[in-house]
Amino acid sequence: MLMLECPCCGVKGEETEFTPGGEAHLKRHGPGAPDDDFEGYLFRRKNPAGVHFERWRHANGCGKWFHVARCTVTLEVFGTYPAQTTSPPADILRRIRKKRPDWEGWR
Amino acid sequence: MRRYSVFAIAREALRHHQGWGRAWRAPEPKSRYDVIIVGAGGHGLATAYYLGKNHGIRNVAILEKGWLGGGNTGRNTTIIRSNYLQDPSAALYEKARSLYESLSQELNYNIMFSPRGVMMLAQTEHEVRGYRRTARANALQGVETEFIGPQRVKELCPIMNVSGPRYPVLGALWQPRGGTARHDAVAWGYARACSDMGMDIVQKCEVTGIRTERGRVAGVETTQGAIDCDKLAIAVAGHSGRLADMAGFRLPIESVALQALVSEPIKPCMDVVVMANTVHGYMSQSDKGEMVIGGGTDGFNNYTQRGSFHHIEETVRALIETFPMISRLRMLRQWGGIVDVTGDRSPIITTTPVQNLFMNAGWGTGGFKAIPGSGWAMAELMAKGEPGPLAAAFGLDRFAEGRFIDESVAAGVAH
Repeated sequence: MLMLECPCCGVKGEETEFTPGGEAHLKRHGPGAPDDDFEGYLFRRKNPAGVHFERWRHANGCGKWFHVARCTVTLEVFGTYPAQTTSPPADILRRIRKKRPDWEGWR
Repeated sequence: MRRYSVFAIAREALRHHQGWGRAWRAPEPKSRYDVIIVGAGGHGLATAYYLGKNHGIRNVAILEKGWLGGGNTGRNTTIIRSNYLQDPSAALYEKARSLYESLSQELNYNIMFSPRGVMMLAQTEHEVRGYRRTARANALQGVETEFIGPQRVKELCPIMNVSGPRYPVLGALWQPRGGTARHDAVAWGYARACSDMGMDIVQKCEVTGIRTERGRVAGVETTQGAIDCDKLAIAVAGHSGRLADMAGFRLPIESVALQALVSEPIKPCMDVVVMANTVHGYMSQSDKGEMVIGGGTDGFNNYTQRGSFHHIEETVRALIETFPMISRLRMLRQWGGIVDVTGDRSPIITTTPVQNLFMNAGWGTGGFKAIPGSGWAMAELMAKGEPGPLAAAFGLDRFAEGRFIDESVAAGVAH
């Protein structure tokens, strides 16, 4: 069972307390963007087998959105961080690199 | 290949069953094939079979990283139906269902197809309207279905409680020719027939890279060395994204866990398949007597082949109102598989940005029922280089064009 800690209210809970919200840090393409960019934004997710950054909501708690760095193969959680950022914080990236030395990077 | 028949059984009975032989060969891979198929599950093997049978292409290897039929082919709840709303899906799944009817005879291998009937319960007014519409669409598509009332539901499935307080059964979409089949036997039957045509099925051979030359596929790197090929097919369900990544493109697919469970075996009590989409649960009774139960997918990306416990709890809790008798059953086993889900919940049978590389993916939560039709359509695509009538609507280009085959809205949930 997945255990997450909400960075907004500090409560640690198991996954039924949270709702998954898909891949994080997507670059949004709107009207006027090339078709390929718009299609990519809507449908083509990274879907990695390994390190993944995603959005979760503390649905049965404070209700806030936040980010999780997680491994999709082992379900190991590398850390959680607030939603108000466009890229993962340096300390989370450092922690991932330490545990996954051959990880190709987040972009 | 030695044919299986009543005479063969009699003959072998007389000599202590010493002469059966292997059902398929276990060859070392050659250095080159006309066609390589990655993934020896139902879809990969069916593709190989129809390539040989319909198109005469027999210099084929099927590579499997684990064991034959050990992925989602051996993990599903074996339901076969074709009562889809959209025309392209109904055509494809109905082709598959009709092929299933005679597959045992065709493969000379008993796949235990049991057309016991499938009903999809309508437990809200919205579903009643939806399924009435689907029944009419099916009539136009030539798929035999019928919308039936709660009394008929109760007649067909007496163990059901049709007047539950929260989710009463208001009717059902009934497909009498749907049913179940033995999922392993489907893989084994196709494997035996493929091996008999001279195709090589190589197990424990994981593809680690895809070689391309000037935008055209040249071969694969595997744990058993490099193998060249003219055409390459990928039919690897949950790992489609990883293989596409090796070939240098991205798919509109996300991999999530879907799980199922079976109860202890009990006496025969239910001879139809029941799906309850409002509460995300479906159930049938296996030939061994186990109640086979499936539910919804986990909501997050996952490659672990096991699901979250609370999903089992939700599925069983919801089914207990409709099937009060299961509340006293002990559950025997639970397992998970990684399914490849697309945005419109319809599959992808397609050419790709890499020439001569073909993809069969995105079957999501409902691939087993489609195996023969999928193989048929995929083989046609590979042999001719362009999709035939069955596969035409399922190309990768539909996402850019906004031309969805939207079964997520049509079916409500898992199918």
